[in-house]
Amino acid sequence: MKNPSVDTHLLPAERAGDEPLLAVDNLHVEFQTRQGVVRAVNGVSYSVDAGETLAVLGESGSGKSVTAQAIMGILDMPPARIPKGEVRFHGTDLLTMPDDARGQIRGRRIAMIFQDALSALNPVFTVGWQIGEMFRVHQGMSKRDARRKAVELMDRVRIPGAKSRVDDFPHQFSGGMRQRIMIAMAIALDPEILIADEPTTALDVTVQAQIMGLLAELQQESDMGLILITHDLGVVADVADKIAVMYGGRIVENASVFDGYRAPAHPYTKGLLESIPRVDLKGQELYAIKGMPPNLLDMPTGCAFHPRCPYRKENCVTDAPPLYTVSDTRGSACHYWREVLDDGSN
Amino acid sequence: MTAPTESILEVRDLVKHFPLNYGVVFKRQVGAIKAVDGVSFDLRRGETLGVVGESGCGKSTLAKLLMALERPTSGSVRINGRDITTARGAELKRMRRNIQMVMQDPYTSLNPRMTVGDIVGEPFEIHSDVAPKGGRRQRVQELLEVVGLNPDHINRYPHQFSGGQRQRIGIARGLALQPEIIICDEPVSALDVSIQAQVMNLLERLQNEFNLAYIFIAHDLSVVRHISDRIAVMYLGKIVELGNDTEIYDNPTHPYTQALLSAVPVPDPEGRETRQRIILQGDPPSPANPPSGCHFRTRCWKAQDVCAEQEPALEVRPGSAHPSACHFAEVRDVVNAE
Amino acid sequence: MSNATVAESAKDKDARPEKARRPASLWSDAWHDLRRNKVFILGSILVLILLLMAAFPSLFSSVNAYDPSTCDLSNAREGITSKHWFGTDNLGCDTYSRVIYGARVSVIVGIATSLISAVVGGGLGLLAGYYSRWVDVLLSRLAEIFFAIPSVLGALLFLSAIGRENAGAFTVVLSLAVLAWPLILRIMRAAVISAKNQDYVTAARALGAGPGRIMLRHIMPNAIAPVIVTATLNLGVFIAAEAGLSFLGVGVQPPTISWGLMIGDARRRFLEAPEPLIFPAIFLSITVLAFVMLGDAVRDALDPKLR
Repeated sequence: MKNPSVDTHLLPAERAGDEPLLAVDNLHVEFQTRQGVVRAVNGVSYSVDAGETLAVLGESGSGKSVTAQAIMGILDMPPARIPKGEVRFHGTDLLTMPDDARGQIRGRRIAMIFQDALSALNPVFTVGWQIGEMFRVHQGMSKRDARRKAVELMDRVRIPGAKSRVDDFPHQFSGGMRQRIMIAMAIALDPEILIADEPTTALDVTVQAQIMGLLAELQQESDMGLILITHDLGVVADVADKIAVMYGGRIVENASVFDGYRAPAHPYTKGLLESIPRVDLKGQELYAIKGMPPNLLDMPTGCAFHPRCPYRKENCVTDAPPLYTVSDTRGSACHYWREVLDDGSN
Repeated sequence: MTAPTESILEVRDLVKHFPLNYGVVFKRQVGAIKAVDGVSFDLRRGETLGVVGESGCGKSTLAKLLMALERPTSGSVRINGRDITTARGAELKRMRRNIQMVMQDPYTSLNPRMTVGDIVGEPFEIHSDVAPKGGRRQRVQELLEVVGLNPDHINRYPHQFSGGQRQRIGIARGLALQPEIIICDEPVSALDVSIQAQVMNLLERLQNEFNLAYIFIAHDLSVVRHISDRIAVMYLGKIVELGNDTEIYDNPTHPYTQALLSAVPVPDPEGRETRQRIILQGDPPSPANPPSGCHFRTRCWKAQDVCAEQEPALEVRPGSAHPSACHFAEVRDVVNAE
Repeated sequence: MSNATVAESAKDKDARPEKARRPASLWSDAWHDLRRNKVFILGSILVLILLLMAAFPSLFSSVNAYDPSTCDLSNAREGITSKHWFGTDNLGCDTYSRVIYGARVSVIVGIATSLISAVVGGGLGLLAGYYSRWVDVLLSRLAEIFFAIPSVLGALLFLSAIGRENAGAFTVVLSLAVLAWPLILRIMRAAVISAKNQDYVTAARALGAGPGRIMLRHIMPNAIAPVIVTATLNLGVFIAAEAGLSFLGVGVQPPTISWGLMIGDARRRFLEAPEPLIFPAIFLSITVLAFVMLGDAVRDALDPKLR
């Protein structure tokens, strides 16, 4: 946990002296619960530039969503607390910013979409009203103009018959269409960063393909930075430029998507990739990471992954690995990343 | 019937329509949701039949019909030659021993007020002649061991276990009566990625150990392919294509199967720019009001007039060896296409 | 390799120390919460004292209030003295001992009414929620008919109809319970309907479990919490209702001692001798408050939304 300086080497932009668009730096988030303090995020650092897609991969409880909520400033505090860390947007720390200045950024310059579009939309207002609200509240637009803009946006996210559906209510839309409405609200004010938290997990594969395609198009049109939070290795491989793999509240590996998939440098990433069913290995047993994700209330000592790790040696039980620099653009929080990397090139 | 191809489960023309009623006091039927609309297939002993399809295609209703949790509108489900859909009372109860299920959500499928021992032991209480009263606790502990849980945890409650462990408890309950058939309804989709492989391996090991036949219902095509001998693709209440795994994955002939396969993201970024994708437009239509003729025609790029007029039967079409319900069935390898 | 992996992984999981977790059912979790709840502790101490009073009044008072020879007309309406802590009433009886002995009727009526309405309403609610269709229609309509009668007014009418000579603790219980079960039925029915659609109920049906087992083993334990909460809160309501009916003269009859009767007797001479009215009123208020506190605490502990 004394490693925050290591991974800043990984940001090419920063080495050159100019800040990335959004940088999370050594972020810590903890929750006060009845059972004690849960350290959900433990020194996470990553960055996104304009037009870039960062995929944050992790299982439930890995801290991937909490990090995103901290960036957006939508954590309930208390019970949450941010004891350490920075979230820099254009070089300015959002966490120390006054509330009203932050409110100017949230939703306008950094927007977010969620997994469950039905509960994220208000059931008693029409979708047109809800999309238009972005313009009325943030830009003081008249109701008429806001409605016109809402129709435009619904066209832009390819909702068929936008004009006739602008006065419908959320429950009158299918899951895929609701997700499009959420996206329309998120991109309404042309944000520079879009955070998508499991945007397609609740959707069918054919609809998932539509939504991911839409997000990619919108990103190209407006040069947004996209943070895609997911557990789906397939979706990541399709759209990401770089990946950050989270485990037990820390980033265990970051890499470009090609490097990470070709030759993972952390045993957890390697295990995830190997446990995907493969055609040529049909009928054989799947590779399975043994054990189960860590209990945040009772984290293992040393490296959080050590109880499940095939590369474990004695010092893994006692020493938490820093995020070692694997190359200019890669890091791995494993003492034995060289061995993992060598095994992985197949 | 010969030994290797002996059908343990025969489903014929299975139909389930849920009536849509209007009015509070005097109910009038104004329509029906055609959840399952004429499904036929066989399941052989020790075989795994995968069922894939999107939400609303009727795969979960199919599972309920096979389990006799819903009565079908018409059609039959024969287990070892006896129809479970017409069975009642003691006969139905006896037939249930032979067909059990593993449910999707390990958080809601276990009664939070019961201990693990009570949950896994309940089958023996219901079918009291299966295990003698004195030996039940030991049988439960054996079952826990079989699914990879610590038998000493028999007195714990479900909320003290993780999702993967809870799913193992559900599997142990399904195994208790030594059924020949287990219906797995999305058994891994609620689990963490790193746990899914563990549960898949457990299911495969149990299949080999106890010669179980599985109906494996899932939306994750790579998981279905890994475990299934044959695969049925469902769309709006009907099977549109049925074949063994290479037939379905390498030589799909139905446009919907092709679109479904091509929509699945490949977990390998190499060559993603050149990958060809069939992206379907729109959402599946409502099963309350399916399109005439072929149900898929509204999203199909091959649709012609005949598709609206004539419903394609699930039959072997020229140029391929497995049945497909498309007038214009044609092999197209979408998975390996570059 | 397969068996080894699975077994090993299982061991790995199970070997993890589960520090902050108690090996406990949801009920004992609720109990764990209750024990730390100050409102619950205060409420239960008060209720315990009340129960002791009802069961063994002689522990609290050396004077047996049911013994007429302890009353002395010449000492009627005496104020607070060292012999009569709460003064004496119109007939010269000791108010303190009468307040102590009056607890019994309140407790009996409260508990019996609450229990009967919970068992009847809960049982019928279970049937209505589980069977739906005509059973539900029949029971729910029946409940609605009773529900439409304002409860105290209904009890008043019922008790006046059967007349003073037949009135007593039993008829008070009956009249209150008849009007209270529909509420419990509604609560239970709603809880049963949400519980019966749970996957574990489907799983039990798939195993071949009959309706009896499904209702008693699977649905009831998961649907009973709101009924317990309402029944606890109702205890106080029924005790207050009993006092009200007795005050109006249609509830329990003398010589039975009841706080409501005592307040009724003392009200005409309140200005002269306030003690025989004030003390039973204080005891009544504290009792109702104690049960409301208990009910609130139980609701907090059992409310799944807070879990």
